[in-house]
Amino acid sequence: MNAAQPRRGWSWWYLLFIVQYVAVLWPPFYNKVEPRFIGMPFFYWYQLAWVVIAAVFTAVVYRATTR
Amino acid sequence: MGVNWTALTIFVLLFAFITWLGFAAARWRRGDLDQLHEWGLGGRRFGTLITWFLVGGDLYTAYTFVAVPALAFGAGAVAFFAVPYTIIVYPLLFLVFPRLWHVCHKHGYITAGDFVRGRFGNRWLALAVAVTGIVATMPYIALQLVGLQVILGALGLSGTGWAADVPLIVAFVILAAFTYSSGLRAPASIAIVKDILIYITALVVVIAVPIQFGGYGHIFAAVPVKKLLLAAPGPHTTGAYGAYATLALGSALALLLYPHSMTGILSASSGKAVRRNAALLPGYSLMLGLLALVGFFALAAGVKELPEFAAGFKAFGNNYAVPALFLHSFPSWFVGIAFAAVGIGALVPAAIMSIAAANLYTRNIHREFISRNPTDRQEAQLAKWVSLIVKLGALVFILRVPTQYAIDLQLLGGIWIIQTLPAVMLGAYTRWFNDWALLIGWAVGTFAGTWMAFVSGLKPTYPVEIAGWTLPGYSALYTVILNLVVVIVLTAVINALGARRPAADATVAADYQA
Repeated sequence: MNAAQPRRGWSWWYLLFIVQYVAVLWPPFYNKVEPRFIGMPFFYWYQLAWVVIAAVFTAVVYRATTR
Repeated sequence: MGVNWTALTIFVLLFAFITWLGFAAARWRRGDLDQLHEWGLGGRRFGTLITWFLVGGDLYTAYTFVAVPALAFGAGAVAFFAVPYTIIVYPLLFLVFPRLWHVCHKHGYITAGDFVRGRFGNRWLALAVAVTGIVATMPYIALQLVGLQVILGALGLSGTGWAADVPLIVAFVILAAFTYSSGLRAPASIAIVKDILIYITALVVVIAVPIQFGGYGHIFAAVPVKKLLLAAPGPHTTGAYGAYATLALGSALALLLYPHSMTGILSASSGKAVRRNAALLPGYSLMLGLLALVGFFALAAGVKELPEFAAGFKAFGNNYAVPALFLHSFPSWFVGIAFAAVGIGALVPAAIMSIAAANLYTRNIHREFISRNPTDRQEAQLAKWVSLIVKLGALVFILRVPTQYAIDLQLLGGIWIIQTLPAVMLGAYTRWFNDWALLIGWAVGTFAGTWMAFVSGLKPTYPVEIAGWTLPGYSALYTVILNLVVVIVLTAVINALGARRPAADATVAADYQA
């Protein structure tokens, strides 16, 4: 094992996970066509964008909770 | 459909390469393949990068790459639930699985059944977990072969009677042979080649095809309005919104409980590699989301109306949409690469699934109930044979039974595997649950889920009625909630009666941390 170890217990950074869950599990937020992005309806680019945002959130949580 | 020789040649060359790679993998990070953790978990030696390829190649299967765009092609927006699904799964991976990795590493556990056996000290509960895992995995392997069948058909390899099945049988024999000889190292090394091919294919498709059409605007203009968005729910129902969200959440909860997920994750070299992958694996989700759009590309190209594809659609239904689009839009040599990516993409998860099922049988059924003290060599040898039997079962199933049954069984498999959530995922955090309560909860959830699936005509969603509201949602999610309620109530009752001392927990809190 090497030096980077997770800290134990709860971290407030985990709330970022709740944010991404709410953002993608509530279809009324994004079940619409406008605004479009490069011709793509909002429904599609919103969810694809959240894939990227969620990955960044997870990386942030990793950094914050790993010594 | 005539044979597409250029595409076929490239396909065969790439297949030959990964066959060689699969056998050569036995010597990669060399270990004693007569030990189950070496054969069945690659010696737990895969770092962050290899784990990324392995788990990515494992979770995002060839069938997914064919079926999700096919669903978009046929049903529209609802297919995109695969995107929130794969967003939701990674916090679970990040939080729960490093704990499981640590405790499994510490105690030499290879399967979820091993963990449950140690944690709750009840071999019948471990048996339930193992049997559920094996039963849920079998149709999943069969579906990988369905994906392969579509690709072989699109290459023009059709025939009558026995001859029609020969290419699939050849691919299967290759798969079986390298899995037997190299264990998990084979799919791990092949996954690297396969994933690079898939990424190239996906990137080219999502850039080149929209250019042919003059932009995404033109593609979406060709999608019927009804398919473009989810239907807004009427009064007193959550309608398509509820179905969409529960499908995403339930599928995410079920995914990591599948034996092949567990095998992929446990083969990582550290809990840290698992956590890092929670941030890196969304790379595959992005690609899956983009590939889902390929279903719309196929709609815009109108491939279903083109006479040259009529036979393919007749044979494979909407699963033929993506291969047809490739054949329609790309030169043969690129079709060969793309089809090889999907075809090889079927072998990687099929290999891991058969290894995972073999590990479960060997550890939690055979060793527990049939032969108590096998030597390491006997145990590994048994697992190798079981992996062959599991794959043979899947092959016979696909050749003899209508494909729809495999799809229906895979749907049921998701409903069944999620019932192991209280024991496995929550078990990683708490020992409070009573072992027999867990077993009864599992039985209730499995029975209720199967019943819901049958009364709704083998559809994934079931309309629950509460206080004048209709809530259509994923049966797996509803029934795992029921399962959990049963477990909590029964545990509380058993504790209150003081009727039964819980069995010993072989693990301690420190085992779950680095």
